[in-house]
Amino acid sequence: MSVAALPASMPRRRSAVLDFCRQQPLGAISFVIIVVMMFAGVFSEYAAPYNPLDIDFASILAAPSWDHLMGTDAFGRDIFSRIIWGSRTALVIGFTSSFIGSTIGAVLGVASAYFGGKIDDWIQRFVDILLAFPIIVLALVVVAALRKSVLFGIDMNLIYAIAIPIVPRVARVVRAAALSIRVMPYVDAARAAGYSNSRIIFRHMAPNVVAPYLIMFTAFIAQAILLEASLSFLGLGVTEPTPAWGLMLSGNAADFYREAPWMILFPGAAISLAVFAFNLFGDSLRDYLDPRFKT
Amino acid sequence: MLRYTLGRILQMIPTLIGVAVLVFFMLRVIPGDVVEVKLRGDGGNVSQETIDMEKKRLGLDRPLMIQFKDWMVGLATLDLGKSMWTDRPVVEEIGIRLELSFQVAIMATIFAVLIAIPLGTTAALMRGTWVDYVVRIVTIGGLSIPSFWFGMLIMISLLTFFNWLPPITFTPIYVDPIANLTQLIWPALAVGYRYCAVVARMIRSSLLEVLNEDYIRTARAKGVYEKLVISRHALRNALLPAITVIGIEFAFLIGGLVVTEQVFNLNGIGMLFVQSVSRNDFTLIQGMVMMIAAVYVVVNLIVDLLYAVFDPRIRYT
Repeated sequence: MSVAALPASMPRRRSAVLDFCRQQPLGAISFVIIVVMMFAGVFSEYAAPYNPLDIDFASILAAPSWDHLMGTDAFGRDIFSRIIWGSRTALVIGFTSSFIGSTIGAVLGVASAYFGGKIDDWIQRFVDILLAFPIIVLALVVVAALRKSVLFGIDMNLIYAIAIPIVPRVARVVRAAALSIRVMPYVDAARAAGYSNSRIIFRHMAPNVVAPYLIMFTAFIAQAILLEASLSFLGLGVTEPTPAWGLMLSGNAADFYREAPWMILFPGAAISLAVFAFNLFGDSLRDYLDPRFKT
Repeated sequence: MLRYTLGRILQMIPTLIGVAVLVFFMLRVIPGDVVEVKLRGDGGNVSQETIDMEKKRLGLDRPLMIQFKDWMVGLATLDLGKSMWTDRPVVEEIGIRLELSFQVAIMATIFAVLIAIPLGTTAALMRGTWVDYVVRIVTIGGLSIPSFWFGMLIMISLLTFFNWLPPITFTPIYVDPIANLTQLIWPALAVGYRYCAVVARMIRSSLLEVLNEDYIRTARAKGVYEKLVISRHALRNALLPAITVIGIEFAFLIGGLVVTEQVFNLNGIGMLFVQSVSRNDFTLIQGMVMMIAAVYVVVNLIVDLLYAVFDPRIRYT
């Protein structure tokens, strides 16, 4: 490019969304999938052709047709409608548990980096212990410990069970980011000005770890949806009659491999697509927000 | 090297003690209703007296600190106690199921590593091309498709295309290798896909990092064949971080097995864990959690020692 072709004025500030779409086409596609899923979740009442709980013995195990786009299950319930309603369950649990887990993790990480010394040692030791478990094993232990407590139709303990394994993983990443911010002159300045610890943590350090926080938050929505599906599949998560994708694959669904494979295919595809979209979006967001890691 | 090894072994102990303390108190937040589940689970009408007697027999009526002391002393002498449900020793319950799960884990590892290395390398070398995009989608797919659903898809395909399902009973590999492999290769594939995806992504990013190093430029500048630059100079160094991921994912395979064993109806460690959780069998849960943590810690130790072997700089710091 010749020098003359350079614009004389300051470069115009482009919209961040457009910029993101141009740089990360796969990220843009995944964002569209997420938006569609959110619409299905928010407007389930209008989007679903049938009531997800309606039992219809006249059309048990019906194959996919124009009446039932994805067929029906062993109780004659419309699978397409149950998948639309299931996206509400998945999104509510995915968002809240990832939000709770990532936020607690981020606060722990920043505090750990800010205070250093003994506090840092203890928090890191605790994080190390929690990291010794695969996510689902830790969640199952929490399920065993807490059992059920339903609030607004959502099992809060299930949300904690999914949020707790997220905490140490976010804490570790955020701590690493916060360590480099802790040595910045403006943190020293804030301290010299006599601000309280909590003010420095929340007003000066936390805003600077927003990028890793957002990336982890998105990526862990994917993990949370996957985990909710696995727990429901095992019969230890969401329970009947609430429509949930993992639940649709559990129980007697496996008895109909031959007669009604659509009972297996569509809910599983829904889980995979949702988790895939959030994973891909998180991945693209990382590349976009943090060019250092761009590989 | 010996000092380094001993130091690392000593570091394992506080983590394991921490896990033991944490899991004990977590499970005792709500005191044991294993007895209720066991005796009243089927809607049976059992008197409060019987329940109290059973609790007494299991030692659940004693003060928490006494139970805690027993648990810690038991751990120190490698006695994990008896299952509250079956009354058999926890070690025995785990032992009879270990072989199956361990074999699936090994097979999944072999499968994952064999595919991940060429996949990750190709993606890194063809960075930004359509091949790279395809690998990216395939690997994110591996992170997204639940292993239990993948297992179900395998079953449906076997049934549709071959009208055949894998055998249900477990035969050890030294008794009948063919019967054994035809049963266990499918769960290994189901959990191996995710494993493979994680490793391939790691290899891709670490290879890209290594390719930017000065010594790669030097090797190219002095006229080394590109193939040799990749295989001798780049890939060898890129595999080091991959070893960590391979190790940790191996230790975490139990997570995949928890759900996958359910699909294939395999009586392994994962199935036992789910059963013990749904039955509130606290001693069994505690014992399995300790086993899982121990596997993780030992695998980490092995990874660190391998690092020290491959990279002498670590030994001397």
